[in-house]
Amino acid sequence: MRLLVSVCAILGLAVSVGAREPEPVADAVILADDLPRLLSDYRFFRDDAGWQPNGGVVPYRLNMPLFSDYAEKYRFIYVPPGQQAKADGDGLLDFPVGSALIKSFGYQLDGKPRLLETRVLLHRADGWLALPYVWNEEQTEARLKVAGARIPVRFTDPAGRERSTSYAVPNKNQCKECHALSGAVTPIGPKARNLTRDGQLPAFARLGLIDREPVIDYRVPLWGEETASLNDRARGYLDVNCAHCHNVDGSASNSGLFLTYEEAMPVRIGINKRPVAAGRGSGSHDFDIAPGDADGSIMIYRMKSLDPGISMPEVGRSLVHDEGVELLSKWIAEMD
Amino acid sequence: MIRNLLIATALCLSAPTLAKTITVAPGADAQERIQEALILAEPGDVVELGAGRFDLVDGLSLDVDRVTIRGAGMDQTVLNFAGQLGAGEGLLVTSDHVVLRDFAIEDSKGDGIKSKGADDIVYYKIRVEWTRGPHAENGAYAIYPVESRNVLVDSVITIGSSDAGIYVGQSENIIVRNSVARYNVAGIEIENSIGADVHDNIAVNNTGGILVFDLPDIPKQGGRNVRVFDNIVVDNNTPNFAPAGNIVAEVPTGMGIMVMSHYEVEVFENRLAENGTGNILIVSYTKEQNDPKYNPKPIGVRVFDNIHGRAGYKPAFPGGEQLKAAFGGAIPPIIEDGTGEKILIGDDVAILSMGLTAPGQPLTEARPSIVAGASAPFEGRKLKQIVLPEAMEAAIR
Repeated sequence: MRLLVSVCAILGLAVSVGAREPEPVADAVILADDLPRLLSDYRFFRDDAGWQPNGGVVPYRLNMPLFSDYAEKYRFIYVPPGQQAKADGDGLLDFPVGSALIKSFGYQLDGKPRLLETRVLLHRADGWLALPYVWNEEQTEARLKVAGARIPVRFTDPAGRERSTSYAVPNKNQCKECHALSGAVTPIGPKARNLTRDGQLPAFARLGLIDREPVIDYRVPLWGEETASLNDRARGYLDVNCAHCHNVDGSASNSGLFLTYEEAMPVRIGINKRPVAAGRGSGSHDFDIAPGDADGSIMIYRMKSLDPGISMPEVGRSLVHDEGVELLSKWIAEMD
Repeated sequence: MIRNLLIATALCLSAPTLAKTITVAPGADAQERIQEALILAEPGDVVELGAGRFDLVDGLSLDVDRVTIRGAGMDQTVLNFAGQLGAGEGLLVTSDHVVLRDFAIEDSKGDGIKSKGADDIVYYKIRVEWTRGPHAENGAYAIYPVESRNVLVDSVITIGSSDAGIYVGQSENIIVRNSVARYNVAGIEIENSIGADVHDNIAVNNTGGILVFDLPDIPKQGGRNVRVFDNIVVDNNTPNFAPAGNIVAEVPTGMGIMVMSHYEVEVFENRLAENGTGNILIVSYTKEQNDPKYNPKPIGVRVFDNIHGRAGYKPAFPGGEQLKAAFGGAIPPIIEDGTGEKILIGDDVAILSMGLTAPGQPLTEARPSIVAGASAPFEGRKLKQIVLPEAMEAAIR
């Protein structure tokens, strides 16, 4: 019996050593109509630990990333062989059915990068589907957690501060809360105007990942790009961190506060706008943005709070983004 | 034979998957077990929450059409959110044809139950409560349907909301009935909505009993066609505890029924008493606003056949005490600011007009006087009864 086990183990080892060329991404799994239990079912990665992208899985970076409790994020695009995403000016890339967006979240823990979760956004025949996968302690397997999870973490943020929090993996519905437009799931991040760094767009065009290099009229500044105008940096931050809900068709449509990069009407981005249903989120302030008075603005009050009845965004933040608060406070303080 | 086969195939294709009941009992991992049930439920399913207390650490949400969440009773099944770490409400519903019944939500950090873009939603025998009573740090809305078509709120109880107990916003075709609102800032509020019947409710011990508002800079405007009738609106004198900045923070303590801006409102056959500021108040929106689509005035308000008890003995607005003295101890139970159009009041009580001429004019410029009501009899009933889809009524029979 014991012999049999070791023979099997050796055979298994031989098989894995022999597997130099991994199986390609499992297109059928992306397209099926069930909920795959393991991240590895898709074969997005060559390794069990989820670091080495498989063929056709292309890493990308955003100019301005969404703040996620200082987590480090690793993003990948997958477009099925022989197909392309369509680029259309500044806006969201239009991905064909069968595409996937993959985003892993982790921290440097004890000097080593450690993944907590990987979220996938699958473009199926009946629309996009968002699913969260949580990594095991051994970092060998990420398992579907439709109901989300809380994971206690302690880490050092980029400014060298010790932080600890109960990191929240969103549940499937919360994924949709941010990713919904008119009730249907949609990608948020890969808008062309937010992908202009590192020569990514021409590279994507050369790779054939997108059909052409789009002409960008109004790119989003890089996070920390001090030479960009304060207004562009602040509006870029709001676009990336808030506008997925705060737009005409988003989860916060009823608020009338619309924080997209394109929004031109001052009252809609909150300037001298009274709250609609903020409750104690108002912090006893009258306006979302009170020009010249950052600390008297509801926006800043809610960004500084960790109380679920007050804090914004409602989902995906358990820590205050001090640098984001600083950026928007400066922007509001300098308003006339 | 082929024909039979075709019929059989058609039957197979059209037969819905059998609705099932998913039972969740209180205990460890309640958060994950309920949330998983709500995510994996399929249309037609019932998620049944057992009797007892569920201690939850995050908001719950439902995004599947035609699901019923049913507890063992509003005092038997309690979802407790005192330890909530995230989400802006206790339960969020974003799907259509959902029935929520027979359970309670306690001490959520934000709103109690919010349903957004959730058409044909039924709230029945639900209790939402902040157990410490009125407090500025309680959540805003207990029951909060918004941007929805066909809303039924029946036999619910809301206690302690720092904004409104039952708040229906930016919705159409609404019935709120047989419900109780106590110790909220606003008991029941219909805001920026079209077509609502609010009847047979009890609003007691709130700051303001029942509010019908239309506000600017909100995507859906032109609130109209609201009937408020057969309600008991008594002793709404809880000092306003809403956080400043919110519109309900402006509601004077001691208010029975308040109509602000809005088109076409009928207030009739209510019993109103012991509201210190007044039983009925009809006013414009007074704050500065530049919304070109917005009408700040009340237009087309008809008030008739209400029964008035004592009111106006503690008017909580600037100059109220002087007015009270001038009127010998109590101001009239019905107050209008004077800016409205087509306001018909048939109740056989005194009416105080503040004599303002335009929305936003400060109260310091008021020229208060007793005005005559509409000459009775007049035709007060113009709005049609709200009728909901039969399936919604059937769900609670």
